[in-house]
Amino acid sequence: MSNPNTSSSGESHGSVSSYLIGFVLAVILTVLSFGVVMSHSLAPTGTLAVLSVLALVQVLVHLHYFLHMGSGSEARWNNIAFVFTVAFVSILIVGTVFIMANTSMNMMSR
Amino acid sequence: MAQNTTVPTAGHDEHHHENTVVFGFWVYLMTDCIIFGSLFATFAVLRNQFNGGPTPHELFEFGGLGLETALLLLSSITYGFGMIAAHKTQISKVIMWLGVTFLLGLGFVGLEVREFAHMIADGAGPDRSAFLSAFFTLVSTHGLHVTCGLIWIVTLMVQLMGTTEIPERMMNKLTCLSLFWHFLDIVWICVFTYVYLASMI
Repeated sequence: MSNPNTSSSGESHGSVSSYLIGFVLAVILTVLSFGVVMSHSLAPTGTLAVLSVLALVQVLVHLHYFLHMGSGSEARWNNIAFVFTVAFVSILIVGTVFIMANTSMNMMSR
Repeated sequence: MAQNTTVPTAGHDEHHHENTVVFGFWVYLMTDCIIFGSLFATFAVLRNQFNGGPTPHELFEFGGLGLETALLLLSSITYGFGMIAAHKTQISKVIMWLGVTFLLGLGFVGLEVREFAHMIADGAGPDRSAFLSAFFTLVSTHGLHVTCGLIWIVTLMVQLMGTTEIPERMMNKLTCLSLFWHFLDIVWICVFTYVYLASMI
């Protein structure tokens, strides 16, 4: 009767197949990233945009299949801490790039 | 009727309490995220400040980068297999998978150290330009984390040797290291995308 993947501790920890699915997806996304850059088939801005999308998807794949982030009630505080960190780091990076680009524009150092 | 008595408990996990150890470690990882975030921001600002020194096109190559990425990605899934074995209390399998993960991680660090040594020998050390300072700070911080992970893996392998069961305390250690290891792989996704590939467009 008992499901071997959700026994004992009750925490979600993947099965062999879920790890393999995550691994195959990660390999495909990584190969695509390398392929886009090595083939020079797109304009630089287009390549950067595609790279960003691929990286974002791969981070989500890793979070889901390897770190087992989910929507269960146990994971609630983990998710809250995570959302706060994503917001914090986004402000940090976007803010830094914006301010420094603006500064170098006004200083005409570029 | 006899089956009915077992059914209600099957999908029920009320005995499970919040695991504060693992949550505490998760919070540490989130602060680590902020460290890496600030290093990525620094790199983003300084990425074009070559000061007449070597550019990414002269320094980076796809082969080594691909190999490093493959090793780290493989080590992520081998650690996952170790965790599955741990949940089934197959200790010899856990030690075996931890050993494989260790070797893959060691290969990654070895390749990275070799790459750094080549760059420094070619006069492209962290003191050459702002771009290289930011590059070395960011990538070596990640490398240091991986090295700490390797020490941690060996420690847990030694602690697991000769035991016959995995108490909750040990399971917590394995789970924390699992989070740490997979987290480092996620950071590496950002490194190979934004530091290497984006500079080689």
